[in-house]
Amino acid sequence: MPSSHRLPVLGSLALIGIVVAAGAAAFAYTAGWLSPARLTPNKFVEAFAPPTGVSLGHRRNHAKGICFTGIFESNGAGSALSHAQVFSSGQYPVLGRFNLGTPDANAPDASVRVRGLGLRITTPDGQEWRSATISPPFFPVSTPQAFYELLRASGSKDPNAMPAFVAANPEFAKFGAWAKSAPWTGSYAEERFNSVNSFVFVDGAGAEHVVRWSLLPAAQAVPVPPEELAKRGPDFLEQEIAERVAKAPQRWTMVVTVANPGDPTADPSQPWPADRRTVEVGTLTAQQVEAERDGPCRDINFDPTVLPSGIHTSDDPFPAARSSVYAKSYDLRTAEAKDYPRTPTGEKP
Amino acid sequence: MMRHLKHFTPWQRVLHWLMAACIIAMLFIGVGMVSSVRPVYLTLVSIHKPLGIAILVLVLIRLVLRLRYGAPALPADLPAPMKLAAEGSHYALYALMIAMPLIGWGMLSAGAYPVVLFGGWHLPPILPQSDALHALLWDAHFYLAFAFFALILLHVAAALFHALVRRDGVFQTMASAAIHDEMAPAE
Repeated sequence: MPSSHRLPVLGSLALIGIVVAAGAAAFAYTAGWLSPARLTPNKFVEAFAPPTGVSLGHRRNHAKGICFTGIFESNGAGSALSHAQVFSSGQYPVLGRFNLGTPDANAPDASVRVRGLGLRITTPDGQEWRSATISPPFFPVSTPQAFYELLRASGSKDPNAMPAFVAANPEFAKFGAWAKSAPWTGSYAEERFNSVNSFVFVDGAGAEHVVRWSLLPAAQAVPVPPEELAKRGPDFLEQEIAERVAKAPQRWTMVVTVANPGDPTADPSQPWPADRRTVEVGTLTAQQVEAERDGPCRDINFDPTVLPSGIHTSDDPFPAARSSVYAKSYDLRTAEAKDYPRTPTGEKP
Repeated sequence: MMRHLKHFTPWQRVLHWLMAACIIAMLFIGVGMVSSVRPVYLTLVSIHKPLGIAILVLVLIRLVLRLRYGAPALPADLPAPMKLAAEGSHYALYALMIAMPLIGWGMLSAGAYPVVLFGGWHLPPILPQSDALHALLWDAHFYLAFAFFALILLHVAAALFHALVRRDGVFQTMASAAIHDEMAPAE
């Protein structure tokens, strides 16, 4: 080859190298490898890890829970807010999970302040509405970033970490007050569960309504001091709900609250004023409780962004963050099934 | 130096470039979404699923065209190792184009997630619910995505090598905008 051709060849090879390197760099950037400060689902999952160690095979938060099945009976009133089939009059099967807001699957029930309810309601049109609601009426912080910092601060050995966090996130004080003053109960059946996050309901005419919702227990809430609950054993909530539902189905009324224009729809730490319009849309009935280990809720991700058409996410940034982090948690725990073994067939009681 | 190289048929070329855009977008969306907790996460996921199914449909059409119309022969003077690499990498690209959407669909099925395409449109599960299958397919989807991207970089590098260094017409078999496929005149 004449020497005059050598330079273009080298130039061409260099160009090819640049194209490949640029492609790889763009990919690495998109994957977050060049942005160590990016808040990723992996970081969230790591921040949830308790000092006692990760409960392998379990959810990374709300790790302790028990399954149930039942029915959601819609009274049809919700159709004025959303055209989702779940709000048409009728009965729809429910798969649910009562749970505790702790990353430790072996935490004693009386030690956990936040209780939760995961729901999956399926409708004949093949769609699903998944949700995960909690007992506090509002979320501790305003943004996913603040929640990550809360996890970091509460897991930190630095005695100044929490005071610094509280100073930087004044909304957290409200949650602290709730945690101190709200009554504890001795049963999942006596708990009110709140969506906390806002979502958008779309009605049959295409009009949008920003809503939150709650599940109000039919059972009378009986306050019990946590010291008293501690004496009932580490798993009293699970035993109690299993016995209670075996005796009689337990019910909650679903109440949807509609935001007024200007309400803080993007900030789950801010409750809306009490006079907002509410609509009772139906009744949740828990009919059968099953242990999680072999139960039907075990391998369900109660991702709150799995929504039927007629419901979509709002400007609240949490559902997206929850979806991303729940997916990571699900990916991890399904790969750890050996650490949370099912009862071998034939040994079931 | 001219060779007896045809082009791919126009529809094969259209599909190649359309799918190239889709697949590269898909891989970037994939690595972007799994590293984000921002609201864009949901947008990316909602594109990832229908785009994956679109790629599956397109690659099946493309496979039929490939079996029907074949591909232009590689230059006779292409060294044997390069020929082997060319053929092997094309088999691998087809395998990944078909497998990745199916693995993703199967992974969602095994995880009991609804496979939502647009609005209320969803696909049926193709596998039973299973934590073990979910874990296996998740790993496969994740690692094969990186292998796929690496293979695409290699494919781009090889295409540019044909175009800029060897100048042997291989690049033009796919890059030509000609609608009528004329045989290149023999020397």
